[in-house]
Amino acid sequence: MLEVRYRTARTLPLGRVEVRPSGVSIRPADAEARFVLRVRSTEGEVAGLPLDRPINTVSGDDRRWIARLGPDEWLIGVPEGEADLLQTSAASDLAGRAHALVDVSNRNVGIDVEGLRAAELLNAGCPLDLGDAAFPAGKATRTLLGKAEIVLIRRAGAQARYRVECWRSLATYVHGFLQEAGMGIGEG
Amino acid sequence: MLLIACPHCGNRPETEFRCGGQAHIARPEQPGAIDDQNWSEYLFVRKNPRGVHAERWNHAHGCGRWFNALRDTVSDRFIETYPMGASPKSETTSEARA
Ligand SMILES: [Zn+2]
Repeated sequence: MLEVRYRTARTLPLGRVEVRPSGVSIRPADAEARFVLRVRSTEGEVAGLPLDRPINTVSGDDRRWIARLGPDEWLIGVPEGEADLLQTSAASDLAGRAHALVDVSNRNVGIDVEGLRAAELLNAGCPLDLGDAAFPAGKATRTLLGKAEIVLIRRAGAQARYRVECWRSLATYVHGFLQEAGMGIGEG
Repeated sequence: MLLIACPHCGNRPETEFRCGGQAHIARPEQPGAIDDQNWSEYLFVRKNPRGVHAERWNHAHGCGRWFNALRDTVSDRFIETYPMGASPKSETTSEARA
């Protein structure tokens, strides 16, 4: 089973069509491996990704990232091919410490929202203050978009680049919501 | 929008939270030793004050953690939030604390 899991091509629920309302692009992300890590202490690293960063921040880069969502909870994203490797290195990095590492690759779907008016678009359904002061690059948190729970990550860099992570069963709703919000950008 | 100060995340919109009812209700140490009247009060009877109320809140769509809060039920103002297991800093009526 294990060998088959990552070799089987995953059908993405949203296709790969990019939608571009004015000033924003909404692009379903490719398949990625993702893990939820729960562990009490924040010492050390997992597969080179740090655990001790402040709550609600993301570290790493666009390919390999770790978002600290709570005092003892992290969401990790790595390229699909590294999934097995990450589990092996996490097991050795956390050896002797009680922890849970759960593969949620098939549960999570990513949508990249980028562009000058990306924050405005997300605020159509997200109640957070997404201004540069309150939500700068490197921020990451669980929150809401419309009726759906999402994890919102603001990528590093000066440009407004966001990753919306949601559950697969909500992906069509979240994607539709973003597209619809895009139609309203610049109105009113 | 009403902002609630999560001890982990800071000020966040109310819609991300769930209220878990009255805080600081201690389970009787010897349930077998108390009578039905007291047991049913422990299970079902809650304060419903007009004024400051100590409540449990959960940042359900954020860090997911539980914490305590003092809230004025008249004005809906949050006086303070504090971690589970801690006591509130501000002066409250004995009514709200008990
Ligand atoms: Zn929180």
